[in-house]
Amino acid sequence: MSIDFGAGGKDLELVGLRKEFPGFVAVENLDLKVPAGQFFALLGPSGCGKTTTLRMIAGLENPTSGKILIGGKDVIDLKPHERPVNTVFQNYALFPHMSVIENVAFGLRQRKVDDPMVKAQAALDMVELGHMAERRPAQLSGGQQQRVALARALVNRPALLLLDEPLGALDLKLRRQMQIELKYIQMEVGLTFLHVTHDQEEAMDMADIVAVMNKGQIEQMGAPEKLYDRPKTAFVAKFLGQSNIFVGEVSETNSEAVSINFKGNKITAPVARSEKTTGKIAIGVRPEKTQFHATKPEATSTNNVLGPGEITDIRFTGVSNQYLIDIPEIGEIIVFAQNVGKSPVVELGAQVWVSWQVEHSFGLADLPTGKEDA
Amino acid sequence: MKFSLGKYLLPTYVFLTFLFLGIPIAYTFVFSFNDSIKSNIIWRGFTFDNWLNVCNQQDVCDAFANSLIIAVSATLIATVLGTMIAIALVRYKFKFRSATNLLLFLPLATPEVVMGAGLAAQFLDFGWPKGMLTVIIAHTMFTLSFVVVTVKARVATLDPALEEAGRDLYANPAQVFMKITFPLLLPGILAAAMLAFALSFDDFIITQFNSGSIDTFPKFVYTAAARGIPPEANVIGSMVFIVAIAIVVTVQVRSSIKQRKLAKK
Amino acid sequence: MAFVALGGSTAAKKQAPKKAGRVALLLLLPGIAYLGLFFLTPLFSLILTSLKTPSASGDIGRYDYAVEFGNYLFAVEQYMPQILRSFMFALIATVVALAISYPLAYFIAVKARNKPLLKGLLLTLVIAPFFISMLLRTFAWKQIFSNDSWIVNTLKSFGIFGTDSYIIGTDFAVIFGLVYNFIPFMTLPIFSNLDRLDLRLLEASGDLYANPITTFRKITFPLSLPGVISGTLLTFIPISGDYVVASRDFLGGPDTAMIGNVVEANFLRIQDYPTASALSVLLMAAIVILVSAYVRRSGTDDLL
Repeated sequence: MSIDFGAGGKDLELVGLRKEFPGFVAVENLDLKVPAGQFFALLGPSGCGKTTTLRMIAGLENPTSGKILIGGKDVIDLKPHERPVNTVFQNYALFPHMSVIENVAFGLRQRKVDDPMVKAQAALDMVELGHMAERRPAQLSGGQQQRVALARALVNRPALLLLDEPLGALDLKLRRQMQIELKYIQMEVGLTFLHVTHDQEEAMDMADIVAVMNKGQIEQMGAPEKLYDRPKTAFVAKFLGQSNIFVGEVSETNSEAVSINFKGNKITAPVARSEKTTGKIAIGVRPEKTQFHATKPEATSTNNVLGPGEITDIRFTGVSNQYLIDIPEIGEIIVFAQNVGKSPVVELGAQVWVSWQVEHSFGLADLPTGKEDA
Repeated sequence: MKFSLGKYLLPTYVFLTFLFLGIPIAYTFVFSFNDSIKSNIIWRGFTFDNWLNVCNQQDVCDAFANSLIIAVSATLIATVLGTMIAIALVRYKFKFRSATNLLLFLPLATPEVVMGAGLAAQFLDFGWPKGMLTVIIAHTMFTLSFVVVTVKARVATLDPALEEAGRDLYANPAQVFMKITFPLLLPGILAAAMLAFALSFDDFIITQFNSGSIDTFPKFVYTAAARGIPPEANVIGSMVFIVAIAIVVTVQVRSSIKQRKLAKK
Repeated sequence: MAFVALGGSTAAKKQAPKKAGRVALLLLLPGIAYLGLFFLTPLFSLILTSLKTPSASGDIGRYDYAVEFGNYLFAVEQYMPQILRSFMFALIATVVALAISYPLAYFIAVKARNKPLLKGLLLTLVIAPFFISMLLRTFAWKQIFSNDSWIVNTLKSFGIFGTDSYIIGTDFAVIFGLVYNFIPFMTLPIFSNLDRLDLRLLEASGDLYANPITTFRKITFPLSLPGVISGTLLTFIPISGDYVVASRDFLGGPDTAMIGNVVEANFLRIQDYPTASALSVLLMAAIVILVSAYVRRSGTDDLL
């Protein structure tokens, strides 16, 4: 790699950032800190305000109130072309009347950087498109256009690189491949990346830190594995992967564990993994942490048992099987079992019990509204 | 949204430009109410007489009627011929496609005076007397390319899968055309017909070369300009303007209501 | 718009024309034959007529077939000023109309993009002049600028104009009238091009440190070139053959005659068909040469 990225990225801080559009609030008092050199993902469903946040950072949208600090400096009064920020746009926005290399050199030329063509060529080489420099964007495939867009942004060595669903237009296989490349490039150049996406797998794969956004606010923020292991709200539990969630009044609590009465069944979670320990609370568990059994397992203080129920659906997804188990009075539970030949062989309609280790339960701060999946 | 040429500069400019575009229209309209005696140059007071008795100026009315007959006839022929060509160009592969395109492009790139003089020279050679028929022939000729362009744009947006679906659902080619293709093309065809009508109705140069003693409305205005145009001509011009604007506004309002209804659903 | 639409045969390729043969022929034949008979052969008639000599009988308005190239020499010698003036006026009027129309088209297509009602209203206003006879509008300007008019008197009272100054009959008046008449022809093709401009490209340009002026120069304007080209052609070509505005009964005077006025006078008034035809052929040839050179230089081959 022959581009010098100098001091690398800067940190980004949003303070009380708010954006109102006529009739609704797109972003509500957002506070956020992205440390320099991190790959940060803003994850959320469409309409959650993540793209508006990105556009405000880029300067394409004016915030109603709040501050945007890049490397400690407030950039709120700077026009887009004055901000040390570059964006990889959703549909790449490559200039159709310029060749690939002219596209990449565009930003360098605007800032009167020396040897723009040499640097642009180096950036193209980095994304392995050096041999296509003279082509027009329309002559490239989607994945190639995406890489040109990336090179066009990276070559400017921005303090902060914004990625607006940059992989959204690619097919699944190319998407996965580009995710790996993008992560690799980020590690190589050491810039601060802010990646906006609605694809939870993509966010978890690539980011050092994921912030889950919903209705203009950040619900939870943290390392992907932490977020997945201990979601704090029903929205995060449902949006980031799948969850079985049980709601009931707290029936027992001690220093170690909190139990609820879920329609006559006792479900326990560790206190250390619970946001609330009084009143009506929701306890969840990931489907892959649950097992089913042909005979009733013994209930102990370290496991939760539900059942019996009937298997109503089996899906083979390759590496794992997904079972839907309908337990009368309780409802449906999802169980993932690795496809390694260890699980009992069951058929539709089989009667089974479901269990999981108490240590895998998590207690949520709120109750599911039933709209999380929407 | 920050690529503005100054926040108020551009809107002000646009407003002033429209004011400029409107001046002669307003002038024509105002002077249709002038209580003039012979020429309609100096303002002599307000009257409705010109509007109530347009046909007191028999020449104006006759010229207007001729213009209508010519525009309707030329529009009908040009729309039928042009629609056929447009469908053929988009839907079929054939040799001489680029030659056909060139032939259709040429009338658009030829000054009217050349087309008018050429046709007039040909009528002279053929010994055809100039009159209503020669004007209709001429107008059909120069509006044809405009019809092709307009309809072709519509045909190109038409999904061929719709026609295939029609065939798949047991419609024969004639039924496919009548029940699927034609209704979908209709807005484009109507737009083309309106354009052809407007072009024909307002044409002067080609008309002057090929009309002989027949008067059309623009030709009447041209001839009258030497002496001063009677206010009745302003009345007819204003009337046509009002009707045309009413049609355009109705079409726009209807389509925007439709869009809003769709958006609500 | 017309130029681009006709040229854009890419759509035809994408739609994968299905079958050749008789249907296509039947659809094409009537219209093509019509254009052949009433557009192409008249151009040949024009060339034939331009080479005729006065009839041996000596009757006015009667000519015999011949190959008299002298007609062209005569036409050029006699009418060089009008020929030059036509192209000069057309050039100036086209440039002025472009300068006036581009911001207008930009506003409607870009600024009013998300306001359908405003956009509809503005577009209606642009085409509104089409709905009232071009001759009536031009005549209205004649009245507005006439020697006793409010404008001329005001200019005189401020001392800008001398007592014997006038507007009608000057080059300015003719160019003014031409510009006015052709603003919609310039605005519409530029509008329909800018209407399809992807605004995200402008955002990308700003993101890459270009200020709004640079963005316009490097992105917006180059991308709108096809619209500018068809607008300038739709303006330049008709203007070069126009004779209404420059006519003495409208905005022109004795010294403003254009090639169209000469063709009209020769063909319709003094029945000198060969000279009129020779001038028409020259006009057509000049346009074909100019247009193809212009299109080639602008690098837009998809016009045809």
